Amino acid sequence: MTAPLLSVRDLHVTFGLDEGSVRAVDGVSFDVLPGQVVGIVGESGCGKSVTMRSILQLVDEPGRIKQGEILYRMRAANGQPETVIDLTKLAKRGPQMRAIRGAEIALIPQEPMAAFSPVHTVGDQIIEAIQLHHTQWVPDGSGVSRAKAREIVVELFRDVGISMPEQRVDAYSWQLSGGLRQRAMIAMALSCKPRLLIADEPTTAIDVTTQAQVLALLRELQRKYGTAIIFITHDLGVIAQMANSVVVMYLGRVAEQGPVDAIFHSPKHPYTRALLRSIPSIVGETQVALPTIAGTLPHPFNRPTGCPYHPRCDERKGPECAARVPNLQPVDQGQSVSCFLHHDSSDTQ
Amino acid sequence: MTASHSADTQQPLLQIRDLRKFFPITAGVFNRTVGHVRAVDDVSFDVFEGETLGLVGESGCGKTTTSRCILRAIDPTSGQILFRRKNDEIVDLAKLTREELQPLRAEIQMIFQDPFGSLNPRMTLFDNVGEPLLVNGMTNREERTDRVADLLKLVGLRPEFMHRFPHAFSGGQRQRIGIARALSTNPRLVVADEPVSALDVSVQAQVLNLLLELQSRLGLTFLFVAHDLSVVRHISDRVAVMYVGQLVELAPTKTLFSRPRHPYTSALMRAVPVPDPRIPVGEVTLKGEVPSPANPPSGCYFHPRCRFATDRCKVEAPALREPSPGHFVRCHFADELDLTTAF
Ligand SMILES: Nc1ncnc2c1ncn2[C@@H]1O[C@H](COP(=O)(O)OP(=O)(O)OP(=O)(O)O)[C@@H](O)[C@H]1O
Ligand SMILES: Nc1ncnc2c1ncn2[C@@H]1O[C@H](COP(=O)(O)OP(=O)(O)OP(=O)(O)O)[C@@H](O)[C@H]1O
Ligand code: SF4
Ligand code: SF4
Ligand SMILES: [Mg+2]
Ligand SMILES: [Mg+2]
Repeated sequence: MTAPLLSVRDLHVTFGLDEGSVRAVDGVSFDVLPGQVVGIVGESGCGKSVTMRSILQLVDEPGRIKQGEILYRMRAANGQPETVIDLTKLAKRGPQMRAIRGAEIALIPQEPMAAFSPVHTVGDQIIEAIQLHHTQWVPDGSGVSRAKAREIVVELFRDVGISMPEQRVDAYSWQLSGGLRQRAMIAMALSCKPRLLIADEPTTAIDVTTQAQVLALLRELQRKYGTAIIFITHDLGVIAQMANSVVVMYLGRVAEQGPVDAIFHSPKHPYTRALLRSIPSIVGETQVALPTIAGTLPHPFNRPTGCPYHPRCDERKGPECAARVPNLQPVDQGQSVSCFLHHDSSDTQ
Repeated sequence: MTASHSADTQQPLLQIRDLRKFFPITAGVFNRTVGHVRAVDDVSFDVFEGETLGLVGESGCGKTTTSRCILRAIDPTSGQILFRRKNDEIVDLAKLTREELQPLRAEIQMIFQDPFGSLNPRMTLFDNVGEPLLVNGMTNREERTDRVADLLKLVGLRPEFMHRFPHAFSGGQRQRIGIARALSTNPRLVVADEPVSALDVSVQAQVLNLLLELQSRLGLTFLFVAHDLSVVRHISDRVAVMYVGQLVELAPTKTLFSRPRHPYTSALMRAVPVPDPRIPVGEVTLKGEVPSPANPPSGCYFHPRCRFATDRCKVEAPALREPSPGHFVRCHFADELDLTTAF
């Protein structure tokens, strides 16, 4: 079996607020294999972005990683062999974390405006990143000149399908349309040749036509450079097209995880099943009531006891669902699920 | 040519004729007009009583501007917006003054995309939902309380919630509150601009079900604006497709999705990712960027991106035609092209 590039183990992230503490991420585990696309789905607020920001040690205050490991396999360099390091142990602003951000792991953040500063051109910002991580382009350490970095940016813009790249390099982010800004963000993320790209809803704000182009682009990059991708989206259609494996999250935990075909064709967790039923399909019957998930997402201060999904579960097994917290256990070919319908294992409390 | 039913059984509630909305582009200290954004550029269609007409198209194609003209939140540049009132009187909303519009406000209501922005955070649900009632002359507080309670029940919220503020509710619940507010005056036409776009899939399903149910119970007519084709297909009787300010195709939902006649419609459909990993990913057929409505291309606005474009398309703008009854399309070659979709 291939060793994972990234392995998130039992991650817990808490926000201590005046009203109480929010367990935004409450025991998340998943692996990313080299060159694979992992899709992450789940309702708003279930902890997708916080999990991703934890990987890069970018969790906003007052968020804290309370528990767990994030193991990353550093590539061999300068005669150093491959090493596995726990990212949670690195200083947030230390040199090691900075060397990893961008060059090893790049993030396309969920807020498109947050990615670029409004006072510098997008080109200048990408040039700066390339010069900072110059060994990604010129391994001998002799550096990348500004002119050379600019050439690289123009080339990247061309790769991501930005027309008139020579002119667009000098634009400010607010001068670009949503679709162009999204592409510029992808160019920025790729500018240091990361081995792992984390895309947090990179196509939510853009049209299907532009989305199709962006997805095709990401697939090509993954094929060409073997970049692994973690892809977060609400859109199950996008997941079906992009992912090799899927992680379904609910209230800060992994409900189910497995190969994309298993998730779509033999989902095991009641939440995954309900989610798949609730989407209007482009081929299904129209103007009929869609199956829905009963109730609403609990308030983060008001987590249910036992299985977090039990107040809404339409396949509830029994009293254990409200008493104990099922944990993620393998049940089938690479498929794992947190549900008592499939095993009896629970967290110790 | 107008997009109306040929085999006409239903009556149109709304008839849009040659609607245009141009926004001036100004420059210099004297705000000289140097050009126009042709946001809505000669659009005509009908909305029949009791139906849902879906309006789709890429960002910036003029969906919201069309909706805002109908609501007269903005004044159209030209064209007619004929609305049939309860007493069958037909009025042109485009020509009415603010005062003349006032009595019509109750009959036409709006649901917005942003469930957070459309409610006043400093007002309770009672005031948020009851405000249109007050504006329309229901001054008796008790009467309003009863009506608000009924409305909350109608959209699946508990009447006890009436005295709470919007921030105490989730996105889906807030959208329900927005719907209750829109329905408070017993409107006949509801214009919904991206009403489920900001919601999670599971919440989206609840709100779509609610809209379908309310429509059948109250006989509402919807103009449903959205960019998600699966959602539009699910809820609409007919679908209109816009491109750069123009209507390029309009047909009954099933016909449009199984046999689109405009190259843009078929490309748009092919771009929708199908939620089944066993269906191979289609080739990207629509490349390039949407042209600016300030400077649309010559001839057919779609020609720079159309894989069927000919020399004729570059110079001659196609008219909206009706090649088969009830199916409207703006393309020179609508009768000849073979545009089978993936579905
Ligand atoms: N800065 C913060 N302060 C307090 N709580 C926060 C903060 N950031 C996130 N949270 C909480 O953490 C939880 C998870 O948030 P997160 O942003 O990871 O959700 P998400 O799954 O990415 O949702 P979405 O789909 O809406 O982007 C939420 O309950 C949220 O309220
Ligand atoms: N007040 C305004 N002044 C100038 N231009 C405007 C104004 N409102 C809209 N526009 C322009 O008119 C065109 C149509 O915009 P509109 O908002 O109607 O598009 P839309 O189809 O609703 O797009 P979206 O899917 O992004 O909501 C766009 O090019 C837009 O920039
Ligand atoms: S553990 Fe029980 S409540 Fe939770 S998903 Fe499984 S059956 Fe439903
Ligand atoms: S008129 Fe020509 S360019 Fe326009 S859609 Fe038809 S074939 Fe394409
Ligand atoms: Mg997020
Ligand atoms: Mg709009």
